[in-house]
Formats: sequence, structure tokens, C-alpha cells
Amino acid sequence: MSKWENNRAWFFILPVFVIVAFSAIIPLMTVVNYSVQDIFGPGQRFFVGLEWFREVLLDTRLHDALWRQLTFSGLVLLIEMPLGVAIALTMPKKGWASSLCLVILALPLLIPWNVIGTIWIIFTRPDIGLMGSLINSAGISFDHTANAFDAWTTLMLMEVWHWTPLVVLLAFAGLRAIPEAYYQAAKIDGASPWAIFRYIQLPKMRGVLTIALLLRFMDSFLIYAEPFVLTGGGPGNATTFLSIYLVKIAVGQFDLGPAAAFSLIYFLIILLFCWLFYQALQAVEGGEKS
Amino acid sequence: MARIELNEIKHSYHPNPTDDEDFALKRIHTVWEDGGAYALLGPSGCGKTTMLNIISGLLKPSHGSISYDDTDVSAMQPEDRNIAQVFQFPVLYDTMTVYQNLAFPLKNRGVAKADIDKRVDEIAEALDLKQDLHKRASGLSADAKQKISLGRGLVRSDVAAILFDEPLTVIDPHLKWDLRRKLKEIHKEFKLTMIYVTHDQVEAMTFADQIVVMYEGEIVQTGTPEELFETPEHTFVGYFIGSPGMNFLECTVDGALALVGGETIPIIPSYADKAMRAGGKLKIGIRPMYVGLHAEAVEDGIAAEVINIEDQGFCKIVTAKFGDNAIKARIKDDRSIPDGKCWLTFPPEKTKLYCDERLVK
Repeated sequence: MSKWENNRAWFFILPVFVIVAFSAIIPLMTVVNYSVQDIFGPGQRFFVGLEWFREVLLDTRLHDALWRQLTFSGLVLLIEMPLGVAIALTMPKKGWASSLCLVILALPLLIPWNVIGTIWIIFTRPDIGLMGSLINSAGISFDHTANAFDAWTTLMLMEVWHWTPLVVLLAFAGLRAIPEAYYQAAKIDGASPWAIFRYIQLPKMRGVLTIALLLRFMDSFLIYAEPFVLTGGGPGNATTFLSIYLVKIAVGQFDLGPAAAFSLIYFLIILLFCWLFYQALQAVEGGEKS
Repeated sequence: MARIELNEIKHSYHPNPTDDEDFALKRIHTVWEDGGAYALLGPSGCGKTTMLNIISGLLKPSHGSISYDDTDVSAMQPEDRNIAQVFQFPVLYDTMTVYQNLAFPLKNRGVAKADIDKRVDEIAEALDLKQDLHKRASGLSADAKQKISLGRGLVRSDVAAILFDEPLTVIDPHLKWDLRRKLKEIHKEFKLTMIYVTHDQVEAMTFADQIVVMYEGEIVQTGTPEELFETPEHTFVGYFIGSPGMNFLECTVDGALALVGGETIPIIPSYADKAMRAGGKLKIGIRPMYVGLHAEAVEDGIAAEVINIEDQGFCKIVTAKFGDNAIKARIKDDRSIPDGKCWLTFPPEKTKLYCDERLVK
């Protein structure tokens, strides 16, 4: 009797096994399977070992895309983190004005990503777009489809507009969680506004800013829909990020083997960076505890 | 160091206060003498913290003005008033070391490095923080954290006053005694004006020379612990100070006698006369330790029934009832207590009369 009861427990965890298997393990293993084979068609495939990995790792276009991606993510973090904190600090603290700010800031987060790309295509068009025509009428030639710098500028503006609100919301929540007594003590102690920021607000926001940093890094490193819609990776390869290049290989050229190897490397790079960030932040925290 | 004067202070947290109930502080008009050790005593929600924040300048009062040594500081910010305040829960600068925390108020005011070192060293010594001076403040125990908060309040030697807002709430009981004694020593040594908010009468009495009792947004009495105990000026003081609190019975006065539920209690004639002329609702008040309890009928004794005996170790608290009135009496531990029937006496010199809750003088 007791044996039967013990075995029945398996049924309760079965759904989790099934879900995890279908959502993570089976797709991942399929990719691993593809990455070590050369596939010509159904039934026509050859085991090639680590050949695809070698090819992908030596692909200079992938190197370029990786640098582009790192530059993009770096810029995103450098702009969005300080800007988000600055906006959170200057926002109204309570009342209807505060709610209004939060609602307005949250709007970009609610728009589907490909729609964001479309909005910015229209917004920056030199002929009918508000921003594009204004800049061009000021005598500066601006066209994100023709000029690499303009493409990057547009992309960065779009990204900052789209995702800074997330940093603001997290930072604002962190600021609201600081007890009033800290500000009172700082007043009594004669602390300057900078000292209040440096010694009270920033340390108290560290937890939420860690989350913001990791989220913004991962999302910007995986960005696809917005540049795909806005620039399609161009002009030339100027905005061909890792994900765009990956889709070109996998869907455009249908090179499943190299694409699978690429995917796995991509996955490992993100894992590595997240681990590095996390370790760095843990080290900061550890330093404060000791 | 300064003499702090509160002039006709009223404060309400409502934007448009209409009646008395809207005011957290109803009418405060008082003086804190230079170098005094004061305790601000009262139940939760009576306006103690509001008063403290008004003194330090964290809060602007709705009405009235405040001056330090005859200088009106009503419009000044806390940092300009040169005052120190310690809060109920530890407030630390997490990323700083203990030393940096203690030095922070001095550094912000541009004190020379050598003076900072000397002063921090003194305070760390007094609060027993020296061994942790170069550790991060955030990793320490709650006790140590609150000691750092206290230290930041004490570190400036030139402050007008140091305000403590129930600073020992989070501290372990055995350490409370230590720290309170330390504060007292520091007070003696530096002759600083200290105002200590608490709702604990023992804490107030051991710390302060003068206790200010607050009740529903008003100061009801200021005095030494002895004055508060012997002659409470408000029924609330009688009830709040002492354990158990004062006995209060509604009464009427006729000649030199107070009538309580058909029984008579003798009153000093001149005193009874004043009470009669005061003409409000009268109450008779007596401390449990002055109530006489007898096993046999005595002169002026009121026949009563013992209904409860509470043994507190060093004494017994006897509750006796006559008519609808219950009286608590504090009896020495070695005395025997009558079983059931007993007689109560009220020594006239210890029996107080209250007219509309205030002492008849």
C-alpha cells in the first residue's frame, strides 16, 4: 500500500517534467543535434563533429556582429541606467502627478516590439516623418536607410525611448522604499544633495538596479524585432546584430548546422556575461558586508 | 547649547483644521532650559514625535514660533539650526564604515580632520564601538547599529540640543540600562541639552531631571519624578505614572467630607473648600501605596470587600470593592491581608481632588 502511494507522487511532478522537456530540453537538444550534423534534406545527413563550431567561430562576419552587439549593449547600459535613475530622482514623489508620470512612462513598454520599429520608421522618414523632416529642414541630411551613423542614432533613440522607462520604474520603486527617517537624518547631519544620493539613495537602490542592469543587458543583447523592422540590418551590415545575422543564416540561407552552432555559442555568451555581471555585483555587496 | 523656547505652538497634519481634534499639538508653550536633561513622556500618538520634529525643524508648525537663545529659528532648516536628532530605528549610511558614519555630520560641516578624529574617538570610546570602527556599518548587529545612530547624534559637541526619539526601542533590555547610563554620563560631562522621548516611565525617570508629560497634544505636567508621583496635576499623570496608577473615584464634596457612593472620606477642610468653589466635575485621587487596609473596623474606615490579590514579589496589589467602586492598594509583602471583609482608610494629606481632570490646588 505504502509503495503504491509513494509511486503516485510521480504523477504530481510529471506535468513539470513534460513542460520543461518540451519548452527547454527537447528544443535545446534538437539544436545540439543540428549543430553536429550536415543536413541536405530529410534522411540525408552526415555527422561532422565540431566542424560547424570551428567555422562559425572563425567567421569574421560573426566577429563583426558580436562587436556591434557588444557596442550596442554597452551604449544601452551607459545611457539608460544613469538616465533612468535621473528621471526617477526628478519625478514627482506622490499625488496625481506621480501617477500620471508613471502611466506616461509605461506606455512604450506596452507597445508590441515590431510596432515600435514601424513607429520609428515613420517618425524618422525624411519626407513625412516629424523628426526626419525637421532635421532635414534644418539643413542636416538625415536618413537612416542610407547612412550608418543615422541608422545607429535612430536605433539608439528608439531603444532609449522604449526601454529607459523600465529602469525608471525599477529605480522609482527602489527610491520609494527608502524610509523617511533616512532623509530626516541626512538633513540633521547636514548632508548635501549629492551626499544624499551617493550615501543613501544609490546604496538603497542597488538591488533594483542590479535587476535593471541584468534585464537591460539580456534584452539589448537579444534585440531582434526593432532593428529588423527599422533597418533590416542595414545599411550594408551596419546594424546587423547577432540575432539578425543568425536569422539570415538559419532562415535566409537555411544553413541549419552552422545556425545551430551559432545559437549555442550565442547562448553561452549571454550566460557568460550574466554570470560576470552577477559575480561583479556580488563582489561589491560582499565588500560591503565585511 | 541653547535655551529652547516654544511659543504658542500648534500643529495639524490636516491642510484645513477645523476643530481641536484635527490638531496633533493643541497648544504648546514651554521652555527647555540650557543644559537640562528632559524626558518627554506620553502614550503613543500623543504628539511627542511631532513636538520633537518641530524643535529640530523637520516639521514646520501650523502656528507659533520657536527660538533658540532668543533667536527666532522658525524659518530655519534643520541643518542650519545646529541640532542633533536620533531616531527610533537605526539610520545608517550602509556603504560607510562605522568611523565614516560617525564622522559624517562633522565632515559635512567642514570640521578639521584632526578634530574629527579626536571627537569620533571619544564617542566610539563612550559607546564601546572602538573595535568596530573600521568595519562596514551595514554588517553589524541591530544594537551596534543603533549605537552608531546615537553616536552620530552625540558626535557634534556644539549642538543646541540633542533630541532622542525613543532611541532604545530596538535595543536588548540589558543593554538599555547601560546605554541610558552612558547617555546620562555624557550629559553630565558635556552639559548638553537633551530631550528624550519615551513612552516608558521607568526610562523617563532614570534618564531625566525634568519629565514633561504629554497627553492628547498637550503638555499636562512638567516636573521632577517626585513631583509627578506625589502631586499629579492631571488625572492622566496620576494614571500614567506609577504602577499601578492612581485610584480615581467620582465624588461630591460636602464640607470637609468627600462623598463617594454613599461613603464619606475626610478631606483637609481648606482644600475641600477650594474644590467646592472650583465647581466642575470632581474626582478624588489617591496613590495605591497610601491607601490604608485594615482587618478590623477603624475610625473613618470604609467597609469593603477584597476581590483580588496580585503578588508582585516585593509587594502585593490588593483590589477592594465598596459599592461600585474598586480601589487598588499597595501593601508591603510581609503584611497579612484580610480575607474578604476589610476597611479602607484614605489619609487626608495624601488625598487629592481633581476638578474636570485637573488638580485642585
